[in-house]
Amino acid sequence: MNILQILLLSLFVAFIVLRLLGRRQTASRFARWALMGLGAVVVLAPFTWLAAAVFKDRSVLNEYIFLPPVEQWSEKTLNLNNFRELFKGRPSLTGPVYFWEYVLNSTVYATCTTVLQIFFCSLGGYALAKYEFRGKNALTLFMLGSMMIPSVLLLAPLYKMVVDLGLVDSLAGLIIPGMVGTYGIFLFRQACLAVPNEMIDAARLDGCGEFGIYLRLVMPLVRPMAAAFCLICFLGNWNAFFAPNVFLHSQDKLTLPVVLNLYLGEFRHDQGVFLTGTALAMIPPAVLFFALQREFISGLTSGAVKG
Amino acid sequence: MSGKVSQRPVRPPGRPRYKGKAPYLFLSPYIVLTAVFFVVPFVNAIMLAFYETNGPRSRVFVGLDNFVFLFTDPIFQRALLNTTVFALASVFIQLPLSMALALLLNSGGDKVKGFFRLVFFSPNLVGQVLVGILFSVLFTPRYGLVNRGFQMVLHWGLEARWLSEPRLIMPAIVLTSLWLWVGFNMIYFLAALQTVDKTLQEAARIDGASPWQIFWHVTLPSMRHVVIFVVIMSVIGSYQLFELPLTLLSESYGYGANDAGLTLITYLNYNAFRCGDLGLGSAVGWVVATIIFIISLVQIRLGRIAEED
Repeated sequence: MNILQILLLSLFVAFIVLRLLGRRQTASRFARWALMGLGAVVVLAPFTWLAAAVFKDRSVLNEYIFLPPVEQWSEKTLNLNNFRELFKGRPSLTGPVYFWEYVLNSTVYATCTTVLQIFFCSLGGYALAKYEFRGKNALTLFMLGSMMIPSVLLLAPLYKMVVDLGLVDSLAGLIIPGMVGTYGIFLFRQACLAVPNEMIDAARLDGCGEFGIYLRLVMPLVRPMAAAFCLICFLGNWNAFFAPNVFLHSQDKLTLPVVLNLYLGEFRHDQGVFLTGTALAMIPPAVLFFALQREFISGLTSGAVKG
Repeated sequence: MSGKVSQRPVRPPGRPRYKGKAPYLFLSPYIVLTAVFFVVPFVNAIMLAFYETNGPRSRVFVGLDNFVFLFTDPIFQRALLNTTVFALASVFIQLPLSMALALLLNSGGDKVKGFFRLVFFSPNLVGQVLVGILFSVLFTPRYGLVNRGFQMVLHWGLEARWLSEPRLIMPAIVLTSLWLWVGFNMIYFLAALQTVDKTLQEAARIDGASPWQIFWHVTLPSMRHVVIFVVIMSVIGSYQLFELPLTLLSESYGYGANDAGLTLITYLNYNAFRCGDLGLGSAVGWVVATIIFIISLVQIRLGRIAEED
């Protein structure tokens, strides 16, 4: 018997005792809390393990589950060697490449795509929601149909297209095809539908231009959707792997997920290094998530649930 | 993607057709980019499947040979089998767990709900590649966190070679996917549970229905739209599984011992972008697209039948 087994067993026994005492309400409340707590432990354990692993020396990475006991703490067990090794310049065909360059590439890629997507998708979504124009129904049908095509099908011909346009092996080759998306246009269309027509007509009477109406009237009103979409888009691009892995070749142009996947093989015998890179790559999405959390969950489910 | 989106656009009564160019200008970025990066590649995807290519520039017309090759290739059949097994595991293991968690959370207070929702969702911030990298270390025999955890609770698994023994590779991928996605689908179920009519549940309870009966006959039917949506999305996602096995089984490019971790997209990625046969890759893409299309249609049809009952 170990601590974990004793803990699980005692939780179970406590539940049975409560049931036998006839306290059904208390018993089910207790069981609910215990199950949620156990679930949370299972979810958080790998993160905790990772947070400890980045500071452990390679010689003790596997020796202790989490941190070594306090009396063992020393420069030999806990140090910043993983970070030093990770930030060291690594030779490539184009000279030494540093880890911060990958961070920069990922940041540029995810930020540019997100900003452009928010602009183009909200513009398109507003046009679909608030104008009646020739060809609108056909366009909407086309967009719905295009969402059913899985993106993997298009990757091989898209790669060919990017090569033909001379955009291969550059961040532009990733950003330009990803500047606008059907899903984003539909999300913004939903949000724009809620803007009252009277407001738009009033602004028009007051002499506001069509783009001015979009920029100064509609955009402020759909800000919650923009925040949710910002996070969805940033997360997707920050973690994107398939397209960057295919489109980028030079070492100094790679993004974080691509390079970390390479490090998995390169540092097979010094796992702390790629684990540290992985931990660092988790920070920006987490920060953005905590900033935009409330909008995010409602944005994620709005399309699915209200229908 | 969503229920509301699928409505036909309805012209508001009395709103005249707009005569200016503004909507076309506003939609022009979408139209131009879609023409170049969606329509042209799509037409190409149809063509490419009938060619044998060597890199993006040289190609030979081979008719249906790519498809004939695929369906006689035992490795492709293995990929198809593995991916289907994974999709079944997603629907029958992952989604019930998501639903159970959502039910647990739904009965708690708002503060509790918010906190646990955050915790269970957090793996999704990380992305498949990083999760795969992390778990490739957690599955280390004798030392990995997963191995130690199994040993402590079940007295089994300390020496389990999760990522090198063919029998254990698919379970390892499924375990990782559970950690990653149970919380994601839970968000949808939780949101749907909040829209279920409480008075119906209350009425059933007063009539003497057990909690299980209430769930099965009242709660589940009234959230069936979301359930169908989530099932379709997870099947689509499952058939595109690629990054998790690739990083978990990085030494064999995601194939695993005896091809036990090979998925359709791993096969596509290897043949199209590692060996340069974009034509064969395109053919695999069409097979995946067809499977997804058929399964989605079947599920939508089943959903309709359930509604009429």
